[in-house]
Amino acid sequence: MAALTDLTLAQARDGLAAGEFTSVELTEAHIAATEAVRDLNCYILETPEAAREMAQAADDRRVRGEGGSLNGLPIAIKDLFCTTGVQATAGSHILEGFVPPYESTVTRQLWDAGAVMLGKTNLDEFAMGSSNMTSYFGPVMNPWQRAGDAAAKLVPGGSSGGSAAIVAARGALASTGTDTGGSIRQPGSFCGIVGMKPTYGRCSRWGIIAFASSLDQAGPLTRTVEDAAIMLGVMAGHDPKDSTSVNVPVPDYEAALGTGVKGLRIGVPKECRLEGTPAEIEALWQQGIEWLKAAGAEIVDISLPHTKYALPAYYIVAPAEASSNLARYDGVRYGLRVDGDSPQEMYENTRGEGFGAEVKRRVLIGTYVLSAGYYDAYYLQAQKVRTRIGQDFHEAWEKVDAILTPTTPSAAFAQGEKMDDPIAMYLNDVLTVPASMAGLPAISVPAGLSGDGLPLGLHVIGRPFDESTVFKVGHAIEEAANFTATPQLMAGGR
Amino acid sequence: MSLDKDTVRRIATLARIRVDEDALEPLAGELNNILGWVEQLNEVDTEGVPLMTSFVETEPFKRSDTVDDGGKAEQVLANAPEEAEQFFVVPKVVE
Repeated sequence: MAALTDLTLAQARDGLAAGEFTSVELTEAHIAATEAVRDLNCYILETPEAAREMAQAADDRRVRGEGGSLNGLPIAIKDLFCTTGVQATAGSHILEGFVPPYESTVTRQLWDAGAVMLGKTNLDEFAMGSSNMTSYFGPVMNPWQRAGDAAAKLVPGGSSGGSAAIVAARGALASTGTDTGGSIRQPGSFCGIVGMKPTYGRCSRWGIIAFASSLDQAGPLTRTVEDAAIMLGVMAGHDPKDSTSVNVPVPDYEAALGTGVKGLRIGVPKECRLEGTPAEIEALWQQGIEWLKAAGAEIVDISLPHTKYALPAYYIVAPAEASSNLARYDGVRYGLRVDGDSPQEMYENTRGEGFGAEVKRRVLIGTYVLSAGYYDAYYLQAQKVRTRIGQDFHEAWEKVDAILTPTTPSAAFAQGEKMDDPIAMYLNDVLTVPASMAGLPAISVPAGLSGDGLPLGLHVIGRPFDESTVFKVGHAIEEAANFTATPQLMAGGR
Repeated sequence: MSLDKDTVRRIATLARIRVDEDALEPLAGELNNILGWVEQLNEVDTEGVPLMTSFVETEPFKRSDTVDDGGKAEQVLANAPEEAEQFFVVPKVVE
């Protein structure tokens, strides 16, 4: 039998159900794997003791004939989710030591289904970044290395960098992430795993530390599309505690996978052929088109004319919302406090010391674009452009059922690269941000390797609340790509 | 539109973030780069385009207006840097 850490979430679930191993055994294997890949810095906090207790409880439930759909399966949680009695930092110094007295709805649903928590994963500070380099708790190393260059430490992407790296390195069966402009899909692509961002409103945001509230969505990172479908089925659902959570039924995502893409119309937007995109990314995209055609889908050329404006509009809207959301960190009620002679000085000292450079940059941009005299020119214009982006997709849905693009304009880059040029860093998300701005579900599926042996993902966007079609198309790509490559640095060795 | 040092100082005060005097100039440069890049949004014709408010037209969820949680002073204060008698403590405001 394969090592327990090499199993997919679905295989582990079936193995537990068949009594081939216990959750305690499965969890111990993942705790050992976590230790083996600790140098990657995937976690801000490991919770092995809690994991052992949860695993034992899951085994006890199974003996009694009880337990939900994830009973006994060990997973990792992005440290942006509040977890009762377990530190939640958002990757920031300002929240170091903060222990939430409540549980986020998404994690509550995972624990109710029987999942086991291995720990809280590293991320870009307040989820602001595409490299995991902005975390106060240090960068995460991608378990993949360039062929013949083990010296260069690569980034796992971000902001859900720790969540992606630990799943790729076989330290967890699955993890949760959050995606504001690409923070699940881009690290999924960089680490050679599946990353799924559902429709805005599909998962409750309650208890998830807010970055940009009109964009933030939780979603899973897994090694297979099937596993992503299993995870999302548990994470999704209406929550009265989040007024933007939408009250529509959650379909059986797993059931959608096997039905094939025959007859589906797949759109290929010409505006996503970006200047300067490496030939290997173009080639992979073309390969994806051929795969879907061979599986019976119809390929349709489409136009999303406002694609190039999605990223600049995002960098107005997201910082504006962030400046408002992060106003709560004032050193008064929780988190870091740096004293001052007056409350005003205490706020300024606390936030000056507690926030890192990228967070400060975005809060300042957000404050500026919302300030008197500039609000109309920047913020209102960006929100109108956002409407235009949404209209582009709306028109596309009259012709197609899903849209195919690459996930990222490049493979993983080295730690330290792009750090002195914020815009170069922002451009990582140029292909993922349009779906975010329109609130659409999208998935990244590993589809091939770059010339220097690094994973590359293909990106499928779907209609609002039509995650089923996104999974279906993602699954067809997965089957055709047969991506079996594994990272150099993983538990148990290659 | 271009940000100068004084504007950055003013925004930083509005945002309640202490920025050292010698950091203002480089920060102004960084922020100007970003703002210069987003200027391209002005190319988009948005005459008569409504603001984005939501993606899917749905009836807002309504709940009954009743108290269903509370009385958790201890938990609320559990993470406070400083507290006394079930209050948060801050530096003196009134002389």
